[in-house]
Amino acid sequence: MGFSFLEILRNAAGGHRGWRRQWPSPEPKAAYDAVIVGGGGHGLATAYYLASEHGMRNIAVVERGWIGGGNTGRNTTIIRSNYLWEESAALYDHALRLWEPLSQALNYNVMFSPRGVMMLAHSVHDVQVLKRHVHANRLAGIDNEWLTPEEAKAFCPPLSIDPAARHPVIGATLQRRGGVARHDAVAWGYARAAAALGVDIIENCPVTGIRRDAAGHVCGIDTGRGPIATRRLGLVVAGHSSTLLAMAGLRAPIESYPLQALVSEPLKPVIPCVVMSNTIHAYISQSDKGELVVGAGTDAYVSYSQRGGLHVPMHTLEAICELFPTLRRVRMMRNWGGIVDVTPDRSPIIGKTDVPGLFVNCGWGTGGFKATPGSGHVFAHTIARGEPHPLNAPFTFDRFRTGRLIDEAAAAAVAH
Amino acid sequence: MSRARLPDAPLIDRDRPVLFQFDGREMTGFAGDTLASALLANGVRLAGRSFKYHRPRGIATIGAAEPNALVTVDRGGGRTTPNLRATMVELHEGLEAASQNRWPSLHRDVGAVTGWFAPLLTAGFYYKTFLWPRAFWHRVYEPVIRRAAGLGKAPAAPDPDRYATRYAHCDLLVAGAGPAGIAAALTAAEAGRRVILCDENAVLGASLLDDPEALVEGVPARRWRSDALARLAALPNCRLLPRTTAFGLFADGMAGLAERVTDHLPSPAAAHGPRERLWQVRAARILLATGAIEQPLVFPGNDRPGVMLAGAARAYARRYGVLAGSRAVLVTGADRAWHDAFDLAALGLPVALIADVRADVAPELTARAAALGIPVCPGARIDGVSGTHAVRAVTIGGRRIACDLLLSSAGWLPAIHLHAQTGSRAVFDPARNIFLPGDPVPGVGSAGACNGSFALDAAVAEGRAAARSPAALPHGTEGGGVSLPGPDADRGKAFIDLQSDVTTRDIRIAVQEGFHSIEHIKRYTTTGMGVDQGKSSNLAALAIASARLGKPIPEVGLTTFRMPYTPVSFGMLAGAARGELFDPLRRTPIDPWAQAQGAVFEPVGNWRRARYFPRAGEDMHAAVARECRTVRSTVGLFDASTLGKIEVVGPDAATFMERIYTNAWRKLEPGRCRYGLMLREDGFIFDDGVVGRLAEDRFHVTTTTGGAARVLAHMEDYLQTEWPDLDVWLTSVTEQWAVIAVQGPRARRLIAPLVGDIDLSDAAMPHMSVRTGHIIGVPARLFRVSFTGELGFEVNVPPSQARAVWDALWERARALDGTAYGTEAMHVLRAEMGFIIVGQDTDGTVTPADAGLGWMIGKAKKDFVGKRSLVRPDMLAANRKQLVGLLTEEPGLVLEEGAQVVDDPAPAPGTHAIGHVTSAYWSEALGRSIAMALVEGGGAGADRLYVSGDRGFHPVRTAPLPFLDPAGEPADG
Amino acid sequence: MLLIPCPHCGPRPEIEFAYGGEAHVARPEDPSALDDDAWAAFLYERQNPKGVHAERWRHVHGCARYFNLLRETAGDRILAAYPAGQPRPDLPETAR
Repeated sequence: MGFSFLEILRNAAGGHRGWRRQWPSPEPKAAYDAVIVGGGGHGLATAYYLASEHGMRNIAVVERGWIGGGNTGRNTTIIRSNYLWEESAALYDHALRLWEPLSQALNYNVMFSPRGVMMLAHSVHDVQVLKRHVHANRLAGIDNEWLTPEEAKAFCPPLSIDPAARHPVIGATLQRRGGVARHDAVAWGYARAAAALGVDIIENCPVTGIRRDAAGHVCGIDTGRGPIATRRLGLVVAGHSSTLLAMAGLRAPIESYPLQALVSEPLKPVIPCVVMSNTIHAYISQSDKGELVVGAGTDAYVSYSQRGGLHVPMHTLEAICELFPTLRRVRMMRNWGGIVDVTPDRSPIIGKTDVPGLFVNCGWGTGGFKATPGSGHVFAHTIARGEPHPLNAPFTFDRFRTGRLIDEAAAAAVAH
Repeated sequence: MSRARLPDAPLIDRDRPVLFQFDGREMTGFAGDTLASALLANGVRLAGRSFKYHRPRGIATIGAAEPNALVTVDRGGGRTTPNLRATMVELHEGLEAASQNRWPSLHRDVGAVTGWFAPLLTAGFYYKTFLWPRAFWHRVYEPVIRRAAGLGKAPAAPDPDRYATRYAHCDLLVAGAGPAGIAAALTAAEAGRRVILCDENAVLGASLLDDPEALVEGVPARRWRSDALARLAALPNCRLLPRTTAFGLFADGMAGLAERVTDHLPSPAAAHGPRERLWQVRAARILLATGAIEQPLVFPGNDRPGVMLAGAARAYARRYGVLAGSRAVLVTGADRAWHDAFDLAALGLPVALIADVRADVAPELTARAAALGIPVCPGARIDGVSGTHAVRAVTIGGRRIACDLLLSSAGWLPAIHLHAQTGSRAVFDPARNIFLPGDPVPGVGSAGACNGSFALDAAVAEGRAAARSPAALPHGTEGGGVSLPGPDADRGKAFIDLQSDVTTRDIRIAVQEGFHSIEHIKRYTTTGMGVDQGKSSNLAALAIASARLGKPIPEVGLTTFRMPYTPVSFGMLAGAARGELFDPLRRTPIDPWAQAQGAVFEPVGNWRRARYFPRAGEDMHAAVARECRTVRSTVGLFDASTLGKIEVVGPDAATFMERIYTNAWRKLEPGRCRYGLMLREDGFIFDDGVVGRLAEDRFHVTTTTGGAARVLAHMEDYLQTEWPDLDVWLTSVTEQWAVIAVQGPRARRLIAPLVGDIDLSDAAMPHMSVRTGHIIGVPARLFRVSFTGELGFEVNVPPSQARAVWDALWERARALDGTAYGTEAMHVLRAEMGFIIVGQDTDGTVTPADAGLGWMIGKAKKDFVGKRSLVRPDMLAANRKQLVGLLTEEPGLVLEEGAQVVDDPAPAPGTHAIGHVTSAYWSEALGRSIAMALVEGGGAGADRLYVSGDRGFHPVRTAPLPFLDPAGEPADG
Repeated sequence: MLLIPCPHCGPRPEIEFAYGGEAHVARPEDPSALDDDAWAAFLYERQNPKGVHAERWRHVHGCARYFNLLRETAGDRILAAYPAGQPRPDLPETAR
């Protein structure tokens, strides 16, 4: 059934007993034309675009637990495309252009809210780096503008621009088209829309092995619910990419780190946009429920434990309290960790592997949520055609051999 | 309408009445009251509004799980704290508390209209609508929703209070000072162990006050409590921390405790100490004695003001002498609540009915009720509650019973949150419908009610046993148990999560729509996601889902317990790290002089550096131009103390240098200097700096200001882990040498009179040499180096005498018409010479060849860090970006650093950038602007390039570097 | 915050240490002898196990020395600490 206000009215009259499953829970079939491992936003989006744009309906998404239970449901939901390198900016802006009409396309309100993403400069070096982004983005046709401290404060009134601060705000960039979305809804919306096109979404189904035929081509997977045959296998499993790739005998330039985030108690609206500071390591926005959503960088060491050290959120909140001294009495309500897969250049790997029939989409590090629609879209193209979409063609495994890295972090290197 | 207190009220001091305000109304309580007990004593029923429907709500609990009575307390001067639980706020003179989420007032709240739409606002409502028109979500719908959502308001002024941090170690940390916790702490402390006992409440062991007839270890409970606390207080090896919540358990026996230090005192915190204190406790053992949390019963109307947990009502009576109503009905599914009702009846509260949802009730309970004259109704079905702002009656099995206090209890659920934070999966006890701590983690145990031992004696015995032996205790089996809502719970407005306004219907809809994992149900309905984090709702939600799905509870799952147990303030977690202590600022010995001169500073790494020294009337441009002009014509002094300095010493020092740097060192003679370039193993430029060889076995390495620490770490890494056979020592000497650069044609004249024991002549001390000697008698390492292209010296002296040396140099500089110059002039002067700044002209993607430093690669060297990467395919690609000079066609135009370089005067959006500007300045020496840029192929073949600006693209042409030749003349003519 | 047993100083809190990545990734004796694939594998490929991880730490705010840990990455349990340069110790079955 379509979602709309009228439909809600109709259901309310019936005591809401008419709502049906948003996605069915089928038993896995013996074989599919393609199988996506990983029921996060990226995997579900991949399945949706395989079905909607490439006409592949006999496909399945296989999820170890419940859909959206990994980083899709654990991130701070920031969406932006103001990346420096042309390859990154093109990919993320592709995603942003898909975000904008996504609620309507999926008939599911993912609450995409382009409330603006502001990135703060605290030093001459920051200004150089961030202005480089502004110039690069504008040339690429991506909105990004420079704000004075006063303009930054006008856009986000609680921001402290005290020039005597230890790290004063001396300018900021603003991407107005950037913002946030409701993370869970993205997984559910894609799942519902994909299921409506015939995609099987199979939860509670851990993958235990990857099968290859005599020629080395992928021919299926072993799962907790039995073997499934397929000749096109897409892995989209974020923090567990190394483990899954190892099942196909592949080693990856990937390490998995805990990424913590936290929310405050719900407050009336106070932070109207997304504010990020790379120099003092913190970012903040406010959810529609009123929680302040706060994050920073990863913990220091490889881990799959989904719990990090207390000193990490402490350091993040030190930075938040410096930027927003009025928030000191606000309280952290919930803190959690996800496991992010990080590549040496902090850019994803999306494409074919050395194993025929095996495709991988991984290495999004701390920034995958914002790419969800674009990532799924180009990965679907790659799986359906057997060749990458032009937008993900640079994001290969091979770049680590050639040295043609796409290193966003390097460009922000602190120095002199 | 306030009520007289009962005669027995051990927690209040009747001789000390306390005046306070709630929503502007003056009220009186007593010292020792909480805000909640005082409000109840003042007859306040309506204490808050719910999150979504703005439903009127009253105080429902006595503890940290309170979902309804959330208030904002304003202590003035920026000390505004939203979302405090009235049950946890201690009363003090002048306390000003206000209800939240209502407008214009708590009694007349316009927001309550959302309640009219409640039939529509079910789980998933937001996902299914507000879809059209597209732009309306962000512009119209979302702002309305955001304004309606949220609870309290964030403070508007900066928080003036202080927060403290302490680290502590102990043999045993006991979280929770109930009977089990007190018994454990006492046993361990009396055995000589270092013990910390913390409890979130102001009063330790308060639950022992609730049943004066109970015996603990043969002694009346109240006496046992006061004896035990007195003994603990007298033991120097036991630290008692009331008002201290153990909010998180972390790896390896680390616990986070949040202590509320001064909020309970009448005057603002500054006078007394920090507002809160974070304890990071590393304990050899942690014993969790966190008790249990009473669960409300799920029935229609269970959220009305006046519906209160039975145990809470008894505790208000027994501890504070407050009867929360004048005529009560108990609805329950747990034995313990019957005793609470009996006790309240004994204290004079008429109990009109005890209704139990269970059909089978123990005969001794019904017998005792009969003896007290209380009618009972087993197998009860609760149909609803009437009364909007206060309960007036409850309808049970079609019968309406008038009451103004509806006691409710489904039973008690162990507080296993902290244990679950360790990653141990909770186990379900299907006999009692409770979760118990899962597999024990080494060093973490549970005792008492949180371990399933509800009976007082059993809890105390467990506490004692846990203190004596680290062996994990088996789960307790005595007492307790929760009655869970069944499949018929979905009637009327029966709330599961009072705070998030989640009803049984919402859970049902979520299940119907395919949300079958408890995490999905939680996220779809928002149950358990409010301030109380589901402490009194998660189990009921799970039970309903389980019933709907026909799956046992453990198969539906249990949502993960997250840190913190109860919310902790940002300020406490940030602690003292504010202002300069947020990130200590490093200042050079010359900094006070620069400050006195009116220098403008900039942060560089952790340092602050003088950027320029404006004279009266000068802006930055004028000051920098003058400083540059002066250096090139006479002489300038520059504080270069922030440069990183490392001594590389030992018989194998030269070998080490050969491997770390791209260029050759073996043949560098002692007394000479060389510019060094260092790569990461991936071949990209990592750092650079001049290195002086002081002796065969001793190099004085300089690094960039920001790079000092990571260069040392990089060197140590290779030395310790790759080449441990090399006999080399690395020592950071950044703080041992302050550096003053003296640059300009008169540099030698400037320093000569101050240096007695070094021959400064060209012949004796050529360019790129280093000598040791004295300057004004101060031991110095004197480098003859130049980062400006002028004759230059860098004077390295101990920081303690650097100011004296600077003053002497400055006096000379003034006599020679010299200047002090800052980092900005330094940048211009070096750019004129084409010298790079690592991190500005390079960015972690630049190879030596890209930066025009291919000549720095030691061709004869077999290997050095990064060498192999330089022959990777992309490093050899044609058309890599090359560092070049750019000159604007309009000489007065200074390009913006970071601007993009294209080969099209009017590029369409999406045009490929062939490079970017890394440095751009006004060059006083050239009388025009200059820039450095990384451009593909160095821009070869293009007559004109174009650089992005604020408005349009500026034509430029490439120019070779340097802009000035070493004689200080323009390089191109 | 981990409690890290520095082999030289004893147990100290994690904030005294700097993490140094996977251990036993030795720099090749003659990098120029490696082809691009082998060199990329040395530079970038890591085990990243969900299980026992041999990793380097430096007690940067202590003795400043590098050493290795075996840590179980699913639960962050430290199983062994040993000086840099020593081979990875065998763990008893129970510790895995």
